[in-house]
Parts: sequence; C-alpha cells; structure tokens
Amino acid sequence: MAKVPVQFTLNGSEKAEFVESGATLLHALRDKIGDTSPKGGCHQGTCGACSVIIDGELRLSCLTLAETCGGADIKTTAGLAEGGVLHPLQRAFLDAFATQCGFCTPGMIMAAKVLLDRTPNPSREDVVEALSGNICRCTGYEPIIQAVLIAARANSQNAA
Amino acid sequence: MELRKDYFADVRKDGLHEIGQGRPRLDSPGHVTGKTAYFADRNFPGMLHLKMVRSPHHHARIRSIDTSQAEKHPGVVKVLTAKDVPHNVYTILILIQIGPEDETVLADGKVRWKGEAVVAVLAETERAAQEAAAKVKVDYEVLPAVFDMEEALKPGAPLVNEYHGQNHYLYDSGECRKVRFGDVEAGFAGADHILEQSYQSSPIEHAPTETTGCVVAPEGNDRFTCYTNTQAMFFTLDNTSIILQMPGSKLHFVGGTVGGGFGGKVDVIVEPIAILAAKLTGRPVCFIYSREEEMQISSPRAAEKVVIKDGVMKDGRIVARKVTGYTDAGAYSRHSPYGAQKGAAHYPGPYTIPNVWIDTYCVYTNRTPSSAMRGFGVTIGDFALEVQMDKLARLIGMDPLEFRFINAYRDGDMKAHRQPTEGAALIECMQEASRAANWPVAEKYMAMSSYKKGA
Repeated sequence: MAKVPVQFTLNGSEKAEFVESGATLLHALRDKIGDTSPKGGCHQGTCGACSVIIDGELRLSCLTLAETCGGADIKTTAGLAEGGVLHPLQRAFLDAFATQCGFCTPGMIMAAKVLLDRTPNPSREDVVEALSGNICRCTGYEPIIQAVLIAARANSQNAA
Repeated sequence: MELRKDYFADVRKDGLHEIGQGRPRLDSPGHVTGKTAYFADRNFPGMLHLKMVRSPHHHARIRSIDTSQAEKHPGVVKVLTAKDVPHNVYTILILIQIGPEDETVLADGKVRWKGEAVVAVLAETERAAQEAAAKVKVDYEVLPAVFDMEEALKPGAPLVNEYHGQNHYLYDSGECRKVRFGDVEAGFAGADHILEQSYQSSPIEHAPTETTGCVVAPEGNDRFTCYTNTQAMFFTLDNTSIILQMPGSKLHFVGGTVGGGFGGKVDVIVEPIAILAAKLTGRPVCFIYSREEEMQISSPRAAEKVVIKDGVMKDGRIVARKVTGYTDAGAYSRHSPYGAQKGAAHYPGPYTIPNVWIDTYCVYTNRTPSSAMRGFGVTIGDFALEVQMDKLARLIGMDPLEFRFINAYRDGDMKAHRQPTEGAALIECMQEASRAANWPVAEKYMAMSSYKKGA
C-alpha cells in the first residue's frame, strides 16, 4: 500500500508521519504518533469517542483521512492541561463526577471545548446540543451537562 | 440526598465516614487527561490483527473448510481452525462445577448460532485480515433451527446442543430449578381472585462504548501478557488455562480498566484464541470486536418469559403465587444456568406469600448465546412481578402502594426458598418513597416497621 507523507501540528508541536493512503486520522494519532486520548468506539462516526479539534472545528477523527490533514492545527484532550494545570473543563468533569468508565470522556471534553470557545456562557440547551454527537453509556449525561455548565461559570469568573 | 439516621438507629454503627460524602473517583484524573490506558491503547511493534470468520447460518453442519486462498492472501501470517485449539470445548462456569462443557472456541463440525466463530485469520494489518477472512470457504449443510423457547421444549424440536442432549439445562433438581413452599393449589382454592399473566422480554445488548477485545504480547519465555477489558479476570485466567492447557503461571493478565461493561464482558471469548495466536506466531496479537460484532456477536441479556399466577384476597393479602420462568440461553450455557437459578429464588419478590411454587428453565435455542447483564435472572423478573402487583391491586380496587405494604416481607418472615428474612428495609423505603413522591398512604402503613413493631 502506498504511503503518503503528512505533516501537521498536534497540541502545539510539529508532527510528520508516513501513513497509508486511506488511513484515518484516528489511526495516525493512536498507532503512529502515540496519542491514545481519542478513542475508537464505533469507527463509523456515530459515537463521538474519537472527537478532536481540527483548525477550531470539532471533527470525528475516525471519519477524517489522515492525508487530508496536511498543515492542520490539531488539538486533543491529551494536550489540554497546560503545565500540569487542568483545563477548567477537566477540573469540572473531575469535580462533578462526570466520568465513570472514562471511555467517552476525551471526546466529550473536545466537544465541550469547541462549544465554550464559541459560546462562553451557554444555556443548558446549548450544552445538550453540543454534546449530542457523543454517546455515554454510564452516566446518563446529567453530570456531564452539569460539568460543562460549571466550567463555563469558572471561565467567566476568571475572565471577570 | 438526605441520610435518615432515625431508621435502624439501634443496629447501625455510627461514625459513617464515607456514606453521604462526595469523594473524588480515583481513576477520574486519568480519564479527563486522556491518560487512562485501556487495552487497545497498548501498541507493540509487529502486532498482528485477528479477524474471525463467522457462521452465516443459525444452525448448520460444517462439511468442509478451505483456508488455502486465505493463507495465500498478502499479509496473512496464520489461519487457525478448531484442530489448533488444545481444549476446544469449554464452558465458563465449569470452574464452579456447572457443566457440561458445551461450547467450542472455534466451531468443530457444527455451528449453532448465526455469528459463531469458525476460523481465525491473523494478518499484518486489520484490512488484510478482513480481506483474507472473506476468502475462507466453508461448506455448510443448513439444519432446521429453533428460535422460540416453548417451541424448543416441545418433543421433536431440533436439538440445539448435543452436549446437553435436550434443549434445556439439566439441574440436579431435574429439568428446571424448583421452589416449593406451602400448598399452592390449596392457596388458589381459598383465594377470592386468581390472576394469571404472561410477560416477555427480548435480548438486550449492553452496547459499551469500548468494544470487547484484548492485546497479547509474548514475553519471550513462553509466558504471555494479555491486556484485556474483561470484567472477570480470574474466570478468564482459569478458563484460558483450561482451553490452552497452559499453567496459569504462563499467563499474565493485565486489566481492570473497562470502557463500559454492564456484564457484557464477563464471558471468556477473545483472550484464549488471541493468546493461542500469539503463541503459535510468536508475535503480539490484537483482537478487537468491531462495533457490528459488539452488537451482533457479544452476549446480550437473555430473552425471558415469565408466567405468573397469583391468588389474592379482597383484603389485599396474596395467598398463593405460581411462577414459571424461561431464560433463553441461546446456543450455549455461558452464565445462563446461573441466571435462571437466581430467578427461582427471586420470583416471590420482596413479599411474604404463604404458598409458592416456582419452576425456572434455562432453554437452548439457535439464538446468540446470552449471558450476564446487570442483575441478570432477576431484573426482567422484577419487571414482571411489579407489573403483576399493579394489576392485582387494580383487580381488588386497592391503592398499589398500600397493596405492597400489606404484602411486604419483614424481619423474621420465612422466604419461599427457606432463607429467613433479616435486615429487610422495604417498609421504610416505601415510607420514604411515599413522602418523596407525594403519594400518601393510610397512617397505619406509615406506622409500620420491618421489625413488626407497631404494625
């Protein structure tokens, strides 16, 4: 199988890899680069566990071809904490019992981050809508919704 | 949430440090930073991918298997069939003497459900394994299949599993688990009303976000490390040891991190074949269910049928209860004989009934083998029992909650399976539920106690 060179920025650092033509970004991140924070739950774009942020947009890395990501700025949950300090969303997920098995958590946090980057003070409905592409089988969603609202409040207090 | 300390004050030790407190989960920091290592996060150089060739038929005899084209497919390293598995016929609960061994790791001569594993293909990439699996030719002679439990129990029904010899599990008590308490026919004869109803459920898939699987790495000294998301580490270790005829000291299992289980990861399915593949190839092996396999292949909660006949008095007392329960194990036992047995003990519900008769059957059909899921054996039974309780209350024109107070078990009552009731808190829970739901009941019920004081 022909290999294709691809170069992008992952959580602020330059990455260059050869990937098989047709390989997904999820495969490149997990199996080539070693960032296993995006998870493969369905490999068909329905569960949201593989969610990453590409150039500010929420994307499913299992449906994104790695070779289309040349020059892109990619962010994952593994790169969210800065200098060992948790991002407000991570802190809120921790404090509000928004994780159980944890498998959906990195994808949930990515979806929530894109929401808060655009809508710093979201309504509950905004949060539900933003997380609607991410499946959680453990929590029943309520603690996750609360965590995102708590993180939004923490952000706005910090800004004030 | 309020912690009511006035209940059971005389028996409760005080100094509760954890109950009622919010404590951080120990694993949460790993989850929110993406650092938690699930089995599939382990990656080893030269790792092979395992894909399974599965039966397209519900019930068929295997005439022949031709793997020659698959073996020639680029990237294929090894193709495994039944003859490669040292102890191919097993059953999970043999560890607690629940036999006979009735299930094959890889099908040998027959398939008994649609999706059964027949041939394992190992290749350099997942794609090569998938493509090669499609090239395995299996010649089947399709056999009549049975999908309904009552049909399966009729004389002349297709025999699902020869290891059992009949389409139900054979308990030491006979064709079913039995509970006999009092004289149920006399109870019905003296009852003001009789109500017989039938309840049914379909199989339910757990649908964890992380699919079932494992990654195996040879340690180079004939010892193997298996990273797995099993919920049953020691079942898996011991059954793998039996299936591969390897001492447990050669098997190093690493687990405990499960991306959602709900009972769906207690069977021993992926680990033995993946470890065998690693042993025969000398290479790391990854066997992960696709989402389609998780939904179609992994054990669901069993389909159940529950027939309940109750005799009830106008004053609200249930005087006789007869239950026949059927658990659809699918083609193999897995945990279902145990689930059906749990149902037998459970079916009177949390109620004191003087005359009880219970039969529970574990039935084999050509459906996907069922197994554990959250309270299996009792959850569907509770649905049936509580719907029945509402119907009985309606039948005699009584408030459904007051009807449950009248029949609730209390400390000292003898249960139908001869365990005396102790530590029952049903009355107190219903009193709190009555307040919390604003569903008032007569004062005499609010004055009741599980201790039978002030009743």
